[in-house]
Amino acid sequence: MNKSLTLSLITLAIGFAAGQYFNRDTAPIIQANAPEKSLSARYDKTNDEELTSSDTSEQIKNGSGQVHTVNPGQLIQDAVKLAQPGDTILVMPGLYSETVYIDKDSIQLKGVIKEGKRAVLDGKGKLNDAILYSGNNIVVENFLITKYKGNAIMGQAGNNFEIRDNIIIDTGVYGIFPQLGKNGIIEGNIVSGIEDAAIYVGMSDNVMVSHNEVFDSVAGIEIENSRHCIVENNYVHDNTGGVLAFITPGLPIKTTYDVIIRKNFIVDNNHVNFGAPGSTVAGIPAGTGILIMAADQVVVEDNIISNHKTAGIMITDHHNAPNITIDEGSDPYPDDISILDNLMINNGYDTIDEVKALMLTELKSGNPDIIRVGETNNSCINNRHRYITTGVNDFKDCNFNNTDDIVTYALAEPVPARKITPENKGKIAYLGICTGCHTYTGRMIGPPVQQLQALYMDDPQGLADYIASPIKKRDDYPEMPPQNYLDPDTRLAVAKYMLSRSN
Amino acid sequence: MSYTNNHCSFKYMIIVNTITQRVKTTATYLAALPLLLSGAMALAQADAISTKAKIKLASHCPPSFELTQGNHCELRTVYQFYSSLQGRGVGGTQTALPPHKDGYSPQQIDLGRYLFFDPILSANQKQSCASCHQPELGFSDALPRSIGFEGKELKRAAPTLWNSAFLTSFFWDARSNSLEDQAKGPLYAEGEMNNTPKELLARLNKSEEYTQLFKQAFLGRDRILEKDLTTALAAFQASLISLNSRYDQYVHGNHQALNDNEIAGLNVFRSFVARCSECHTPPLFTNNQVAVIGTPEPEGHDLDIGAEEHFKSKKLKAGFKVPTLRNIAKTAPYMHSGVFENLKDATEFYNKGRGHAVPKGVDLQIHWHIWEPDLQDSELDLIVSFMKTLNDETFMPVTPTHLPSGLAVLDDIKNQ
Repeated sequence: MNKSLTLSLITLAIGFAAGQYFNRDTAPIIQANAPEKSLSARYDKTNDEELTSSDTSEQIKNGSGQVHTVNPGQLIQDAVKLAQPGDTILVMPGLYSETVYIDKDSIQLKGVIKEGKRAVLDGKGKLNDAILYSGNNIVVENFLITKYKGNAIMGQAGNNFEIRDNIIIDTGVYGIFPQLGKNGIIEGNIVSGIEDAAIYVGMSDNVMVSHNEVFDSVAGIEIENSRHCIVENNYVHDNTGGVLAFITPGLPIKTTYDVIIRKNFIVDNNHVNFGAPGSTVAGIPAGTGILIMAADQVVVEDNIISNHKTAGIMITDHHNAPNITIDEGSDPYPDDISILDNLMINNGYDTIDEVKALMLTELKSGNPDIIRVGETNNSCINNRHRYITTGVNDFKDCNFNNTDDIVTYALAEPVPARKITPENKGKIAYLGICTGCHTYTGRMIGPPVQQLQALYMDDPQGLADYIASPIKKRDDYPEMPPQNYLDPDTRLAVAKYMLSRSN
Repeated sequence: MSYTNNHCSFKYMIIVNTITQRVKTTATYLAALPLLLSGAMALAQADAISTKAKIKLASHCPPSFELTQGNHCELRTVYQFYSSLQGRGVGGTQTALPPHKDGYSPQQIDLGRYLFFDPILSANQKQSCASCHQPELGFSDALPRSIGFEGKELKRAAPTLWNSAFLTSFFWDARSNSLEDQAKGPLYAEGEMNNTPKELLARLNKSEEYTQLFKQAFLGRDRILEKDLTTALAAFQASLISLNSRYDQYVHGNHQALNDNEIAGLNVFRSFVARCSECHTPPLFTNNQVAVIGTPEPEGHDLDIGAEEHFKSKKLKAGFKVPTLRNIAKTAPYMHSGVFENLKDATEFYNKGRGHAVPKGVDLQIHWHIWEPDLQDSELDLIVSFMKTLNDETFMPVTPTHLPSGLAVLDDIKNQ
């Protein structure tokens, strides 16, 4: 697909833009620079409820445990099964072909590089994903991952992830895809040959994407339905589209805001679009440097954006994008976009007809650096006279010209686990599990709590131990299933709570 | 008498049996386990099982709820140990649930239970909520499309009611935003219970038993109001919690709770090739959104436009709410019009290619996750074995043996 802007909307846009053209002030061609001033951070961790309601005392530090070494011929997953939170798994150079899944916290998975040889995860075109994690505090580094059908590295809800220094070649849909996590770093990876986004931050908060090289993919780096993300110092080249900030409607988390795209090399992203039919990225016109769709508070600063045949920067709402569903819960308009100074050269030299038509409405010609189509509110641009633009006449001058005060949105301390007092732990587990089989006085699947109290009143640990590995004690009751999926602290808390009940 | 009614009276006998005499062997005992489960809870809920005395509503909460100050039942689940991004309750394994509806009183929940099973709510008094939402069938009815008023087949399948407390939209086409509002749909739909607010309230107010029950549940009211009726029905449905499956044990830390095949199935399920978990997102195995996936309609049925009607958008043509997969093995057949008889067929649909079943000339904005995953047949089987680990009926409520209306419990309409 090479058409992104729907024709039907062009007529509307023409009317809209024409109105602007005829109404605009005859402003001087060269406008003053914005004040020398940084944007202040749009995220304040002291106001972040998820952090303030949590407990940092019980964190297991990464790397504080044992080291497990995996050699070729062994399974990485076997080491993951053995590993406890805090442990590190070192994978020696050689070939591995498996799906590694990590459903526990605080595991570091590290490839060992010896004289340039890496631990290679090869899906051989048959395996789905290389590394799947749902635990918190997961580190994945130094692997070479290739030929998987799905993703190379995929996170589902893990917080505090660190994905660095991996080489990822042709792993299907996404290269690196943390989803539904908070606080993460994606740095120093080289990702290529991906049919959707090489690096895709989806429905996540506080993520830093820096110093990566992404190329030969449909999308280079995509920030979607995410907040407080910084994309900086990346080399993004030869993709269909370079850097994307999107709201995709129809997802359970509905906003994208506070995204800073700065100091990247975004060049030559003219790759023919090979996205899967129906995917959002399949609608990106080849030759798009930065694409902002419906996202709010996006700052584009100090990038080198060059050699894109369609446009350097394109800003659109949902109504003008293809393959997009509707969602009452998603605001379709990109608001509060700030285009600060960027080096833009040789963009828009072979742009699509729809863009040419838009330019005509403003009686403009030439090769467009910046295109805005659809509605936007409260957006701004500095030094607009430097670029060929369409649709940005109503942008104000920005009241800042850098983001220097915002070093990172990644958090110095990991997002902690939720704080729950032992008493509440016991109560919740008792009510949420035990009440399915036990009542205080009556007979259910298991004996009444009253009877258990008589047996264990002075021995909560004994009851906790019994819960973990019950043995059949009463002929007239079925054997209790083990509750060893609860950790020892919770089992003791449940036992104490059970013994304290009086009804 | 229908199968289900037999089942209920059998259940009653078992309760009595276990109270009065010891069951001799474990084998017998275990065989009776599922029945005992609900049976014993009947006692716990102070069900009026043996006398004709006036019903007294339960003064304690159903399992998994804590009675808090002000007589509110508040949900307690181990998932409350966890948090979720933006508080939205979607994620991976140890992820908190979405916001939920609770805080009803024990009496409201118990009253809702009686109402749920009572055919007095339908115009001809031949159907109760439980006719289409049968507890033993995953609160569904094992039919491709439910049977409505006077035996007429409806357009869509009955969805499960398990974990309704967490949903933000109701009906297949997401046209309602609360359990209370949803209740009015089937009560008054011509094809379903076919009642009218006026008729229904008049009938309930005429019932001495119901008048006194509503007084127990809604203090200080002289007459039964529609909003109290829908509140009670919502209260009962919001108490149907299923969060203690073997999958949940895996989540909470016992990686032995699932066998190797089931874990392999979980990994295919959440892989970015199958992409099941992108919409059937843990912990509820739904993301609460509408999706257009393009399932075929049964032979002879027109295309159901689904959410297009309510949202007035062609982009949502044939869009339906993503259903939860908890207890999914209990609720065959599958999809909005029950076109797939079993889980394997339902799973295979997603492997057959984007839009393969869309009728010619129909333009659907198919969801972006519907693609060509090219899964092997064995991988489809793995997904199915994983889905079966989501079964949990630990907190199955008790079917009343006597109804306040005096009508018989009528929870099966198949044989009518």
